Amino acid sequence: MIQVENLTRKFDQFTAVNDISFEVDSGEIFAFLGPNGAGKTTTIKMLTTLLRPTSGRIHLDGLDPWVKQRDARQRFGIVFQDPSLDNEQTALENMELHGILYHIPRRVRVERIEELLRLFELWERRNDYVKTFSGGMKRRLEIARGFLHTPKILFLDEPTLGLDPQSRNQLWTHVKNLNAKEKTTVFLTTHYMDEADRVAHRIAIMDHGAIVAIGTSAELKARTNTDSLEAAFLALTGTSLRDESASSTDNLRRFAQMWQQKR
Amino acid sequence: MGAIYIMWLREVKRYFRSKAQVIVSLGQPTLYLLALGFGFGPIFAKAGAGNYIQFMAPGVIGMTVLFSSIFSGMAMLWDRQFGFLKETLVAPVPRLNIIFGRTLGGATVATMQGLLMLVVCLIAGFRPVHQHAPGAAASNNWLAIPVALIFIAMIALVFAALGASVGSSIKDMQGFQVLMNFMVMPIFFLSGALFPLKNLGAVMTWITHADPLSYGIDGLRGVLIGNWQFNFGWQFNFMLDLGLLAALAAIFLGTSAWLFSRIEV
Repeated sequence: MIQVENLTRKFDQFTAVNDISFEVDSGEIFAFLGPNGAGKTTTIKMLTTLLRPTSGRIHLDGLDPWVKQRDARQRFGIVFQDPSLDNEQTALENMELHGILYHIPRRVRVERIEELLRLFELWERRNDYVKTFSGGMKRRLEIARGFLHTPKILFLDEPTLGLDPQSRNQLWTHVKNLNAKEKTTVFLTTHYMDEADRVAHRIAIMDHGAIVAIGTSAELKARTNTDSLEAAFLALTGTSLRDESASSTDNLRRFAQMWQQKR
Repeated sequence: MGAIYIMWLREVKRYFRSKAQVIVSLGQPTLYLLALGFGFGPIFAKAGAGNYIQFMAPGVIGMTVLFSSIFSGMAMLWDRQFGFLKETLVAPVPRLNIIFGRTLGGATVATMQGLLMLVVCLIAGFRPVHQHAPGAAASNNWLAIPVALIFIAMIALVFAALGASVGSSIKDMQGFQVLMNFMVMPIFFLSGALFPLKNLGAVMTWITHADPLSYGIDGLRGVLIGNWQFNFGWQFNFMLDLGLLAALAAIFLGTSAWLFSRIEV
């Protein structure tokens, strides 16, 4: 379903993603783990046509997303790390907007919106403004929205960052159910080792722009002779801290946090 | 096509749902109108130039439209990172439709703001007038208002597109502040909104003629208070003003479409 060959992305002198290759099968839940600055978000951005690769080849469901942009975009959904809902509209309106952008015919749209909002336990709040939602609810809505156009692949970039354990657990239950029922391939990035361990069929560990190891959780533990994914991860990527400088995105995020404290 | 409509509708809905913001954004132009209008009024009249409120009203209407439309474009920076706009960047819809719908929506909202400001001016004593010849009696010319709407809409479109171009290029909030201070305020102050553009020195003449808003304000003023009210009803003329604004709107719309299509989040 996803084939990546020799994917590279350079920013001037800095190589964010260095010649990575991997494959994800249809219906698989595939996790990208890695320290900050490893290149996970850059990789997802290249796969989802947000950032142009410097070199390499990508195939999503047999299509090159950079050549057949519209067709490819119709087949995948993405839930970003930062919220991308319209706070000034209701949950229902947000779903409607997405449905129209993704060319879902009206009757199908109405049914599917109800089905997903009920599944993610948001139906009762469908006419409330999103700005009144908690963080967990917003994230659930975004994921519900991601599934709306029955994508073949769903990309999740740190989907449970900042959520409490109940919300996280519930979210993954729904994602796994939809993965089983609709055979959606799920590609996620996360820091939470326990989640990757529990949820993903296979895991790739990325560091300094390169893939360090790929396999099932059991394989990775066996390879590093450890009994937890976290220990395996640390064994493969080392324990030294990563020094980074704040990007403009980090600055914006800080600004956003400042504003959100006011609520 | 549906995408253009929903992006437009989104901006308009947001406007109608934020009553507090509507009132607040009318505050500054109203302050200018009342404080400067009644403050400078006596001196302006003494200089033989007539009623300053009459002169200023088109200026503050233009000011309202300018600020509203530029701001809607600049708010794109936020929307790009934390808002709905990001979702539209990965949707299977041409980016041209997205930016077009959004810009039209921003321009529509700015136009409505301009109309509201016109109402405020009317309450403050402004009257659109028509005079046949210098020294003849001035009569109220309510038909000027629909024609003025054309200029309000054109100003809105030009600056919504400019704001969208800027919003597609800047990367963080510092850029936003810089642009407000070094682009928007000069555009406003040097547009003849607050003072006549006649008899200025060479440098000022050149700068004010290079300011797009000058043509919008001149058009508004000419339509609303006519040729003979003062010496300076029309600085330029109807066709020049309208034509120039239309050309600029087209250019800025093209620029914003191109810049938006190249956004990499």
